[in-house]
Formats: sequence, structure tokens, C-alpha cells
Amino acid sequence: MNTLLIPLLVAIPLGGAFFIPLVSRKVRVLADIIGNLATLSVLVIAVLLFQVRTVYSIGGWNASVGITWVLDGFSNLMLVIICLISFVATLFSSQYMERYTAKYKFYSLFLLMVAGMNGVVMTGDMFNLFVFLEIASVASYALVAFGGNHEELEAAFKYLVLASIGSTLVLFGIAFIYGATGYLNMASISQAIRTGPRTPILTLAVVFFTVGFGIKAALVPFHPWLPDAHPSAPAPISAMLSGVLIKALGIYALTRVLFNVIGITPIYGAVLITIGALSMVVGVFLAVGQWDFKRLLAYHSISQMGYVVLGIGLGGYILASGGKQSAAMLAILGGIFHLANHSVFKSLLFLVSGSIEYSTGTRQLKEMGGLLEKMPLTRATCTIASLSIAGVPPFNGFWSKLIIIMAAFQGGYPWLAALTILVSFVTLLSFIKVLRYAFLGHLPESLKAVRESPALMSIALVVLAIFCTCMGLLLIPGAREMILDPAVGALANGVGYAQAVLALR
Amino acid sequence: MNGMTVIVKTVTRWLKVFIFLYGIYIIITGHLAPGGGFAGGVIIACSYMLLTLAYGKEFTLKRLSLRAGHHLDSSGALLFLVVALFGLGSGGIFFANVLQNRYPGAKFTLLSSGTILISNIAIGLKVAASLFLIFIILSVLRIVLVEDGSQKMIQEEEEE
Repeated sequence: MNTLLIPLLVAIPLGGAFFIPLVSRKVRVLADIIGNLATLSVLVIAVLLFQVRTVYSIGGWNASVGITWVLDGFSNLMLVIICLISFVATLFSSQYMERYTAKYKFYSLFLLMVAGMNGVVMTGDMFNLFVFLEIASVASYALVAFGGNHEELEAAFKYLVLASIGSTLVLFGIAFIYGATGYLNMASISQAIRTGPRTPILTLAVVFFTVGFGIKAALVPFHPWLPDAHPSAPAPISAMLSGVLIKALGIYALTRVLFNVIGITPIYGAVLITIGALSMVVGVFLAVGQWDFKRLLAYHSISQMGYVVLGIGLGGYILASGGKQSAAMLAILGGIFHLANHSVFKSLLFLVSGSIEYSTGTRQLKEMGGLLEKMPLTRATCTIASLSIAGVPPFNGFWSKLIIIMAAFQGGYPWLAALTILVSFVTLLSFIKVLRYAFLGHLPESLKAVRESPALMSIALVVLAIFCTCMGLLLIPGAREMILDPAVGALANGVGYAQAVLALR
Repeated sequence: MNGMTVIVKTVTRWLKVFIFLYGIYIIITGHLAPGGGFAGGVIIACSYMLLTLAYGKEFTLKRLSLRAGHHLDSSGALLFLVVALFGLGSGGIFFANVLQNRYPGAKFTLLSSGTILISNIAIGLKVAASLFLIFIILSVLRIVLVEDGSQKMIQEEEEE
């Protein structure tokens, strides 16, 4: 039963993506129905499969020649996050996207992107990873350009060029690994690397992977496309891009390859910590001065991705250099938990920005003001999300940042903890600015007629706000062992991944 | 946009059928010889591109409209997915070659490979339609100036 469901995670969005253009040109509402049903059913399947740990061979071919999909703790967590955010985003889209022509094309590309991301997090094969990476990326280039205006086309072109360089580097990295080991299956590569000699070409491959996936994740030296691309896309797409795409294609793929396939070493860990800290600081200081709401959020995405990479990298560094096991586990837990939290609150913030833009027609903070009474629900959800991202208790962002800080102290890096607290403080400042300029203050004359966003959009906001408020509960004993610890275990297991996968086969 | 000279038009008129047939040949023998859905699809798309270059885009769009292209494109992808799901439904495994297991044909014949032939046809359809669309879209998209001086990309209205 369960094995029958696994391929549907890719097949349903893919089928939806190609079925929508066939039927919904004439009957427009079909696009909404099929799009929402597809994401809902994928979400249900992802939740049903949450406890399943298995290896699925496509076409019944053996792993040495065929493609395998691996479900472990980390993959399952990522699947649920991706499917949850995509369901909420489609719910939001059905009314928000009315203003664009060719809505069915939007759903088609959207589902294609979901199929690609689900594939990326499930696959246990390096080349298959590249293929799904490209499916998701190409769909996202088109979605960034969806409005068709000058600014959007420019952003999309910039994104396309940079992300294509990233994809090419990843492909080269895969080619080097294949040349060095003779395998494409992740578990087999991992075993071959462990038993064979450690050739310098592997280091080159790691460099290529770090840069390639780093571009996809918009980590700091590789970030310039993100502040253009994410604000230009329609709001639900910004939510998907910032909420899950940079995580699935960037962070997930990078950590999976570094930890489980190649094996983490102190140097790789140090590189991750450096990139993470750099993204964290540079992102937040670039964000403070922004007056475009969505651009501000985009810079904060860079900064928050820094937290995730810092947490996971710190864990990897401590593990590889033989430090305290408990501190390492805590750091990885913090990183992964922050990844989950960030996808929820950042999607919510982007949907809020879409809701404001839908009602007022602007995303410049200076042109807003006094929306407090006009849009009470948007204001409430925006406050919750802002407090979450700034790390104010009891919202989810607080708990994950707290864990990262605790891990940094336990691991003996108090200056990293101090840096984390500083960045968190600047984040809070920047979101106080958002709340102040958007919702308080004087209501401009032009916005007197503004109304709250329509029902489905509001439902989408409320669903995510509830998640923001309650996700701290994932840390209580019981929930933590069931949901977060398997994901941490999958990464911390390191090259033990190979044995784990071979045992499941 | 009335196309090229009469020499090019005449040669194209003769060649296009052979190019098209060669594409089909490459697709349906893809499981026996080098080639397959992608290569054959590209060749089929090339025959339409040649037609567009020689006769102009109105001539081609009258024979294969954008909408028909889109439908072929989606149908090709759906057919491929159906083959995969057929394996899931009757063999329990995604992409399982159930036809081959149930009706093993004689080796090196047209029907020797079960679902691979159908997959190749689906891929060929998809690739041919996609490449044709990419090519033709480049000629129907226009960048126009809108009132406030910025530029916007629009698609020329297609005749129904």
C-alpha cells in the first residue's frame, strides 16, 4: 500500500501540470480545482508516508543500474514542508491570481515546480537529483517572469543566468564524482568513497557542489539574484521560492551531499559555518534599509538561510572534529527546525505582502500606513509572522534560534551565539519598522477605500499563522522524537547513510 | 513575411515529407537502434522549422496552430505519465514494463520491448511539440512600449 503511494508524490503534480492546459482553457475554474486538489492530495500522501522509511526502485530495476528513491527522516520532513506550503500557496492563489491573465499556465508551472522539489528531496541518485533540480528551477524561472513586465523579465533573466551556472556546476560535480567512483547511486558513491582512496577530484567536486547549491540557496557570496527574483514573482510564488525552493534545491541538496554522500570533514564544516555567518550578517544589514516590503523580506530570507546553514554546519564541524556529540545533535536540530519554521513564517510574510498589495496596490512601505483598522486579519497574521522571524517567544522562530544559540554555547563557540543574538535583534528592528509603517500611523487619502482580502486568501493566512504559533510544540518530548529527531539522525548519521540505505533495500 | 525564394520553397516542399518520415522512423526504432523519442522529436520539429523559415510563420501556424501545439505538448507528457502509472497500477511498480513481462515479443522486432515503444512515441510527441512551440513563440512574442515608458512582452493574437 505504502509503496504504491510513493511515486504519486511526483506523478500527481506532474499529471496535474499537464492536464490543466488541456482542459481549463475553456472552463477557467477547472484550473483552480485541479491545482488545489493536486496539492491537497500530495499533502495527504506526504503526511501518510511520514513514518515510512524505505527505498523505492523505479521500474523494479536494481539500484546499481536503476534509479532509487529513498525516504528517510530528513526527506519525509522536507516532503511535508513542501506539500504544506504549496497547498497553502495554491489556496491563496485561486483568488490572488485572478488579476493575471492565463491563470492556468500559472498552475501548470506551479505544479511542475512542486513535482521537481518532491523529486529532489526523495531521490537517492545523483543524476536524478540533477534532473529534478532542473525541473523545479526551470519552472521557477518562468514563474518569476510571470507578470511579463520589464522589471520582472529582467529579474527572471538574472535569475536564469545565475541559477543555470549553479546547475552547470552541480552537473560538473556529479560528473567528477562519477569519474572518481563509477557510481551515481548516493549510497554506492558513499561506500566507494569510504573504501577507496580519497582523490583530490572529490575536493574539487565538493567545491563545485558548494558553489552550485549555494547559488540555488542564495547564500551570501552567491546571493545577488534573490533580492530581484523573489519580489518580482507573484506573491504565492515568492512564498514558494523563499519558503521551500531555496531550501529543497539549496540547503537540502547541499547538506545531503556533504553529510551523507561525501562525508563531512572539519574543513567543510568550517566553510558552512563561515558562509552561514556571512549570510546571516550581510543579509540582515542589507534588509534594514529597504522600503519595498517584498525586497525587505527577500533580504531577510538570505539572513535566515544563514541561520540554517550555520546550525547544520556547526553540527557537522563538531561531529567531524570529534567534539561533544550532544552539542552537534543540538546544532543540527536547531538548523533543521529553523528550516521548517522559516518556511512557515516566511511564506506567511510573503502572502501577507501579497494580501496588502492585492488590497492597496502598492508594496512600498512609505505609501502605506494606518491599515490597522482596514485589514485587521492581515495585520494580526503579519504581527505573528514578524515576531516569529524576529525570534520573540512563544512563536516558532524563537525556539529554533534558542536551540542554535544553546548549541553554539555548548559546542564552545560563544561568539557565534553572540552573532546570532545580534542578527536576531536587527531582524526585530527591521520588522518593527514594517509593522509601524504598514499598519500604524496615518492612513493616506488614497487608501480610504481599502478592504480586507477575500476569504480564501484570509484562510491561507490564518492556517500559516496557526502553524507559526504552535510549531514550538514540536519540541516537547514525544513530538520531537517522532518528527524532528529522525531528520537530525539522518544527517548526523553521516556516511552511515550508505549502510542505512543498503539495509532498507 | 512571405518566406524565401522559389528555389528554397520548392526544395522545402520536397524535403519536408522525408524529414518528417525520418523523424518517425527514428522514434519507432528507438529501442532497437541508436535514436529514440528525443532525437526523433527534434527531427520532426525541424521539419516544421524548415517550413516556417521557407514559407513564413502564417503558413505554418495555419497548418499547426499554437493551440494544437500546446495540446500535443501536454498530451505527450500525459501519455508518458500514463505509461508509468500503468506500471504502477498493474505491476505495482512505477515504470514497470508490464507489457514486456506479460507479452514478451521476439527479440529485435518492432514489438519486442513492451512499454518502451509507447514511451518513445510519447517523448517524441512531447519533444517535437515543445521545440516547435519554442521556435514559433520566439516569432510571435513582441516587446511593446506601454504608456509609462516601460516595456512589456505580449503575445500576438492568434487567429481562431
